[in-house]
Amino acid sequence: MSPVIELDGLSVRFGNRTVLNDLRGSVSGRAVGLLGPNGAGKSTLIRTLLGFCQPWAGTARVYGRDIGGARREIRALAGYMPEDESFIADMSAVSFVRMMGELSGLPRDAALERAHEVLFYVGLGEARYRPLGTYSLGMRQLAKLAQAIVHGPKLVILDEPTNGLDPPARQRMIRLIREMKDAGQMHLLLCSHLLRDVEETCDEVLILKDGRIVHCANLEEERRANKRFVEIETSGDDAGFAQALAARGCQCSASGAGRLKMVLPAGFDTRDIFRLAAERDLQLRRLSYRRDSLEDIFLKAMETAT
Amino acid sequence: MAVYKRTYQGYSGAATPAWSRFLILPRYSLGRLFPSKFLVLFLMACFFYPAGCAVFIYLSHHLSFLRVFNIQAANFLEINANFFYIYCTVQATMASLLTALVGPGLVSPDVANHALALYFCRPFSRFEYAAGKMSVLIGLLSLVTWIPGLILFLIQASLAGRSWMAANWWIAQAIVVGSLIWIVVLSLIALAMSAWVKWRIAAGALILGVIFAGAGFGRALNAVLRIRGGTMLDLEQDSFTLWSALFRLPGAGRDLDPLEAANAIAAACLVCLWLLFKKIRPFEVVK
Repeated sequence: MSPVIELDGLSVRFGNRTVLNDLRGSVSGRAVGLLGPNGAGKSTLIRTLLGFCQPWAGTARVYGRDIGGARREIRALAGYMPEDESFIADMSAVSFVRMMGELSGLPRDAALERAHEVLFYVGLGEARYRPLGTYSLGMRQLAKLAQAIVHGPKLVILDEPTNGLDPPARQRMIRLIREMKDAGQMHLLLCSHLLRDVEETCDEVLILKDGRIVHCANLEEERRANKRFVEIETSGDDAGFAQALAARGCQCSASGAGRLKMVLPAGFDTRDIFRLAAERDLQLRRLSYRRDSLEDIFLKAMETAT
Repeated sequence: MAVYKRTYQGYSGAATPAWSRFLILPRYSLGRLFPSKFLVLFLMACFFYPAGCAVFIYLSHHLSFLRVFNIQAANFLEINANFFYIYCTVQATMASLLTALVGPGLVSPDVANHALALYFCRPFSRFEYAAGKMSVLIGLLSLVTWIPGLILFLIQASLAGRSWMAANWWIAQAIVVGSLIWIVVLSLIALAMSAWVKWRIAAGALILGVIFAGAGFGRALNAVLRIRGGTMLDLEQDSFTLWSALFRLPGAGRDLDPLEAANAIAAACLVCLWLLFKKIRPFEVVK
């Protein structure tokens, strides 16, 4: 898969402060999460990709286009939902989204049609003629999402899309992001400090700290790898059980009190664990996939960085 | 995509040419301005003086009509460069007031609502944004300055005959050039003030302050420092000096040299442009 974003020694400075420091790497996932504590440089990276900030050293490419030379092209391919409250208070949602569509290059009629469509799509269909100034915070977030996708971009950059949303509104936003990802027509770059949001929507994650990339992980691969790592708790003598599992290719280690940790080999059917336990009349009290959550990955990355 | 199919669909149609996109902004800006009844009434008031001038020109060419009312034709003002200069000064004041009404609503809502990032994350530059917003003012101010001025000139030319037009075509040139200079000055001041002051009323007051308060400040400077250059701070006076030269009036350059006036206007425009591009950014960097 060709990379969506390539970072080639990208550094950005504001005055004497280095905000992004020699970022290198590439991401190609359908939905990429950009994680990091406050001040890590997530928003600056997004702004640099959009050409709002000038690189001090190095460069980056979006769909192979250099951010220095092809700024206009990149902006034509991207849709951006900023973190700040960005709207024009006295405009109706449909006028606002239509104008943004037209500025992205849509003809007048097409922009109007698509403005209605995306407002229905994000769930603002009934409120689309109301001025944006009268919208609740959740509705404004949805309007921002609508303006970001009205022109059908290839890359949608979402900066803290669930900021300030109540749980139902957050769920709706996450569902929309997942739907957009699954539609397969665009790539998503989701910047958030909420690990759950990224975990629920992204398949690749880039973790930043103090302007540096501290970890880059493919969540899909991590999830697949985690599925092979199983913890079992039994009651009774499990020595023969562990041997039987080892004979079938599992790497087992007993941690006492009837607890077994094992890595399952490829092609191993999980039902065999129950079968082997039944043969030995062994009671299985618990079986769990010991998976590294995104929180574990994030904390590990933060620890490594310090 | 039908609305009942609530799935995301990309756009694969044709795109508009990039050069034409700055014209989108005036369309939406005017749409947001005209619901104001006060603005519509004021705009109508701006046409009273040109309408009066048109009637005056008509009457000055129909002496038989004047005789019915026992009015001496000699008492009538001659339709010459001075007549059009007076027209320009009156309409310039109306244009200043119109700018103070319209200008603050152009950039300040975008700055106050952090909407600039939404414009500039698209294939749309800061220059196009400024040009788009400026074209709102250029259009409206043209409507009350040089367009009616040119119509008056054509009325006079049609009534006075070809010989008058051949001898005075430069007056039309002076009307257009003089008005355009003033329009550009007003537009840049309005955009710069609107970008820096988020509160509309304050921005409007500041626009008028920059245009009119310069006169008082300039005179005070002249009196205190015993210089003549303080007058250059009076943008209205600078423009009137330039117009006097354009309309070939005898008193041109008495208070201020036309070149000095042109320099002062150019400097004011450059300062406004600097202020504008300092503020029109997708986000503010705190260094």
